[in-house]
Amino acid sequence: MPTKIEKDEITGRETTGHEWDGVRELNTPLPKWWVNLFWVTIVWAVGYMVVYPSLPWVTGWFGYWSRAELTRSLEEQRGQRAGFVARIETADLAQIRADAELLNFALAGGRQVFADNCAPCHGAGGAGAVGYPNLADDDWLWGGGLADIHATIRYGIRNADTNSRISQMPRYGVDGILKADEIGKDADHVLSLSGAVAASPSTAAGATLYAEHCVACHGGAGEGNQELGAPRLNDRIWLYGGDRASVVKSIANARAGAMPAWEERLDAATIKMLTVYVHALGGGK
Amino acid sequence: MTRPAPMPSGEAGDAVRSVRDQRAELPLYVNRIKVYPRKVAGAFRRIKWIVLALCLGLYYVVPWLRWDRGPGAPDQAVLLDLPGRRGYFLWIEIWPQEVYFITGLLILGAIGLFFVTAYFGRLWCGYACPQTVWTDLFMLVERWIEGDRNARIKLDKAPWGLAKAARKVAKHAAWVVIAAATGGAWVFYFADAPTTLVEIFSGSASVAIYVFVGMFTAATYTFAGWAREQVCTYMCPWPRFQAAMFDEHSFIVSYRRWRGEPRGKHKAGSSWDGRGDCVDCGGCVAVCPTGIDIRDGQQLECIGCGLCIDACDEVMDKVGRQRGLIAFDTLAAQQAAISGQPYRHPWIRPRPMIYLAIMVVVAAVMVTALALRGDTELHVLRDRAPLFVTLSDGSIRNGYTIKILNKARADRDYTLTVDGLAGAALTVVGAATHAPAARVSLVARPDSVATYRVYVAAPKAAQDSVAITFRLSGAARGAAASQASSFVSPKR
Repeated sequence: MPTKIEKDEITGRETTGHEWDGVRELNTPLPKWWVNLFWVTIVWAVGYMVVYPSLPWVTGWFGYWSRAELTRSLEEQRGQRAGFVARIETADLAQIRADAELLNFALAGGRQVFADNCAPCHGAGGAGAVGYPNLADDDWLWGGGLADIHATIRYGIRNADTNSRISQMPRYGVDGILKADEIGKDADHVLSLSGAVAASPSTAAGATLYAEHCVACHGGAGEGNQELGAPRLNDRIWLYGGDRASVVKSIANARAGAMPAWEERLDAATIKMLTVYVHALGGGK
Repeated sequence: MTRPAPMPSGEAGDAVRSVRDQRAELPLYVNRIKVYPRKVAGAFRRIKWIVLALCLGLYYVVPWLRWDRGPGAPDQAVLLDLPGRRGYFLWIEIWPQEVYFITGLLILGAIGLFFVTAYFGRLWCGYACPQTVWTDLFMLVERWIEGDRNARIKLDKAPWGLAKAARKVAKHAAWVVIAAATGGAWVFYFADAPTTLVEIFSGSASVAIYVFVGMFTAATYTFAGWAREQVCTYMCPWPRFQAAMFDEHSFIVSYRRWRGEPRGKHKAGSSWDGRGDCVDCGGCVAVCPTGIDIRDGQQLECIGCGLCIDACDEVMDKVGRQRGLIAFDTLAAQQAAISGQPYRHPWIRPRPMIYLAIMVVVAAVMVTALALRGDTELHVLRDRAPLFVTLSDGSIRNGYTIKILNKARADRDYTLTVDGLAGAALTVVGAATHAPAARVSLVARPDSVATYRVYVAAPKAAQDSVAITFRLSGAARGAAASQASSFVSPKR
């Protein structure tokens, strides 16, 4: 009820009796059902608390659990994907790549798996980092064909897996095979292969050393050898840096990057999707 | 406060009193005072019936109109296909990103409302608002079943019995049927009407359909049957800010106080000297759907329907006075009439003209946008990781995700080229050939978005970022689009 019934002089209407700094509120009564709706919402809220989990020790009559809903929806999605996964399992890599539907599925799935497992070293989108090959360029250590990539992912590089890709460059400096000035000359020759430095007496001297020590794996023109994972030296792509100091360091200490055998952690279909995804990053042969 | 003492109206032996008048004491919350509008005939009532027939007719019939769009496309003239993400309006088909056309329509609707209100007050409220239209329809049904005002008052006061129960049940049943038809018609705008109708009755429609039919049935029944004028008074924001839309030149339902007062009963044959034309018959109050007394002046509750004008004109004819004691009139015209000055209504006023200008601009923008839109769109998203890739020959490659929106209902072959980059070579992921080329062919399926990964390689440029343009062209008319992007190289 109004606290004090007064009539407003101007409008002739009754006021609620409320006054703020001389401003009085006209009484425009609300319908009672409107107020009752407010009580209904409170009753509703109590009901809500009873049937749904609301407090740490209240699980609710419905037994609803958001975690269970998540699990159910994940199961549902797994079910929706099952058909595609089955087709990926039976198809070979070239077939996956040729089928627009499977390619799309493999690229979408591969992107997720890559982000979860590969991106920490190889970077988002396969951008790579020093010591971790860029997977988007057209230079490959162990081959960029679908089968090559598949094998690399399955068995890894320089790990305990029996099928692991493995090779080891001699440590020319550390093990005293070459002297420091010889390594410098050799480095000069290696850099001249891609035209990074011009020919000089040093590169000529380096060429002799190169022919003696390096040619077997890296090839006469520095074209590399993917059978052995021996990098191509006559291009503009340098895994450990293309300046003289980095090349000297590589010759002196040798390099031996390693990668796990993903077969131990990922299933066959996932590795296939990952293969197709990496192949599609831009460098696939 | 002086208020005329209630007088017997001679209708039911009770005074005809407005809702405000019936609230003797004013607590903060009150029970609703039921309004029993009386039947009335006249020009405004006729217009109201015509508008009602047009609005409801359009609403119920439009989903059933067919429009042939060829195989595979829905043949409903007006359809909002939410799962399919398409809107169909006769020959126009819009995609989700073109929802601004609907925004444009809403802006036109809002400004149109302001425009009409500036001239004629709350015509929308009184004639075209769904709340008014359905309430009117429900009242018509109520009148058929329970009788006119006095019969209804009597029925409500009567003790419960078989006859009363039968009438009440019949009325509510009729209301629910109308409400269900309304809810049904609503879902037909979102799903194919003939199929959905069969599905609803065979029990095979989706849960969403039943939920929405149920929701709209409940809302129509509650709002038009029970809540009625309370929706306008308590819920709707429009009455609250309409005052800003009126001015002294707006035609508003007005009681011409200067002509009507002092009011009082009039015996046939007695003189009209020294008194007003209002015979205080209460007709204007009895017919009012919101239960107000228009003689109290401008009120928030008045929806501007003009039924009180019809009621008053009827009485004025009977007592032999001039019509128009209550009329659509402007404050300025009334002031002029009181002071006896000549008055000419200013039709051209700045505010409505500004509204009109806005409407013209919005309509022009919409029509232009509609006329210029092609049926192909090209979206290009450049890779952020990696920003660029250095290839073994020292050239630079950037990756792009290309989306082609083919709005035509036919397969389309397109050619994609890049402008503004010397020696650009394109490769498409998944294409049969791996050889980079200056132009590549892409295919888009009918009425869908085709997504491609495209690599662009070029010799290293002097700048680290080059502005380029992707151009898409096809053989069909209107099958061309372009999109600006950039090509990024390392700084050193």
